[in-house]
Amino acid sequence: MSYPSIQEIGDEIVEEFSWFSSWEEKYEHLIEMGRQLPIIDDVYKTDDRLVRGCQSRVWLHAESEDQRVVFRADSDAIITKGIVALLVRALSHQPAEDIVRSDLSFIDAIGLKAHLSPTRSNGLVSMIQQMKQYAGSQLNH
Amino acid sequence: MTAQLPDNQSWRKGSIAEPVDWEKLRNDFPILQRQVNGHPLAYLDNAASAQKPWQVKEAEQALYDHYYANVHRGVHTLSQEGTDAFEEARAWVASFINAPEKEEVIFTKGTTDGINLLAYTFGLDYLKPGDEILLTGMEHHANIVPWQLVARRTGAVIKVVPVLENGTLDLESFDKLLSEKTKLLSMVWVSNSLGTINPVDYMVQKSKSLGVPVLLDAAQAAPHLAIDVQALDVDFLVFSAHKVIGPTGFGVLYGKRKWLEKLPPFMGGGDMIDQVRFEETTFNALPHKFEAGTPHISGAIGFCAALKYLAQIGMDRVAAREQALGELCRTKLREAFPKLRFIGEAPERVAVVSFLLGEAHPYDVGFILDKEGVAVRTGHHCCQPLMDRFKIPGTVRASFAFYNKESEIDQLITALTKAQKMLLP
Repeated sequence: MSYPSIQEIGDEIVEEFSWFSSWEEKYEHLIEMGRQLPIIDDVYKTDDRLVRGCQSRVWLHAESEDQRVVFRADSDAIITKGIVALLVRALSHQPAEDIVRSDLSFIDAIGLKAHLSPTRSNGLVSMIQQMKQYAGSQLNH
Repeated sequence: MTAQLPDNQSWRKGSIAEPVDWEKLRNDFPILQRQVNGHPLAYLDNAASAQKPWQVKEAEQALYDHYYANVHRGVHTLSQEGTDAFEEARAWVASFINAPEKEEVIFTKGTTDGINLLAYTFGLDYLKPGDEILLTGMEHHANIVPWQLVARRTGAVIKVVPVLENGTLDLESFDKLLSEKTKLLSMVWVSNSLGTINPVDYMVQKSKSLGVPVLLDAAQAAPHLAIDVQALDVDFLVFSAHKVIGPTGFGVLYGKRKWLEKLPPFMGGGDMIDQVRFEETTFNALPHKFEAGTPHISGAIGFCAALKYLAQIGMDRVAAREQALGELCRTKLREAFPKLRFIGEAPERVAVVSFLLGEAHPYDVGFILDKEGVAVRTGHHCCQPLMDRFKIPGTVRASFAFYNKESEIDQLITALTKAQKMLLP
């Protein structure tokens, strides 16, 4: 099976969000994406998979499948979960090397960069770090 | 200068004529005029920090423009004037809390600094293995962690007065937990996350009857209530200036002279010494013994201006105004949102309104409120044990100051209606 690249998915997301003119529509779409993110099994919602944020929490599970990294993730806050959904959509099922090199500029392009600020303390910054770390560890194998 | 100090009654009643023109006072706070995300700012995060009137900024500016120099050191004119103003601030703080002597007022960096000072002086010197420090289940982390650190070093044990479902303290448990093993009761007067005003009169008296000293965390009380440390009979009381419309990085530790004389210094440095010899150093008199290094001079000057401002309004009128806003907010929220649940419904409370909107996460609610210009606090409010007790990740908290206005409550309702539509299916 062939997958679009991170860049292609990023472009697709930017295209999708360009339809919305108001912040309400944009966030309603984001929230909808969060709701559609397959909820990860409670067995994966363990403390060692918990990315701690002061405001909201994120669970991340990563594994390798056919030379690609597969991510499953969840959050207890729905806006955070929407962004988690975007990141999983772009980064899951990608080669480890591409994940490590990705700049995730599409988040900035759709005006959601503020959520990736460390001061938001919503767990997203740590989640991206952990995604890249996991991918990096696969490269060394 | 001392002649101008308000007495206890004046602090309560204020000096400006009835009725207070609250809209006019609001104009003294320039930041309240700004727009956020295309909406007028509705600043409802006062329990985190209060905004400042221009008088505070002007006082600090006058210091820097006219008489700034280091205090307590120089013989020159600027240092003399600076020292006079700095010590005038101490007299105003003493008056604000009705301390018997101004030497019992120690300037700190804030509430956290004051509690740590006591943990590392009183705690390390007076606690032995098995001794008990009594806290409550609604303490801010700043009144938990310093005592845990001290307990680890001394072998003392921490006991906790539980919180009941309505957000009040379980006084039956308190009566049982207080014993001859208790060496200190360190408790919050007003809860920052629930708004509960704790029955400190009863709890302090009960502790004193057993000879247990009391430290009162007044961080959330000082902005809203008249304070009388003599009537309370507390041994120590701490608060921060920035929550009382004053500057950041400045705060107060009040301690009874008998304790402050006995306790060892906390930090060593300039200003806190009498004679320094390599063989032995002797320490300066109160309050300087606990104020090592150059103090936060502009903080003291700014806070003095803040207190003068509050003295004009009167703390009883501040309390009544905020009380009215807080209760109006609760009533309107209750009417507009059947899915809303208040966290903390103590009968005695300040204008701190903590709530959850259905299953919506506080972070999501806070984010959407910000888009509508409404600033609230979301999260655990530095009270994780309290959130665990209610089995919630956090709350949305709207907290009021006297300069808030009724229309800001309506703005909150409108924004919450939008949040509800977006977040709750």
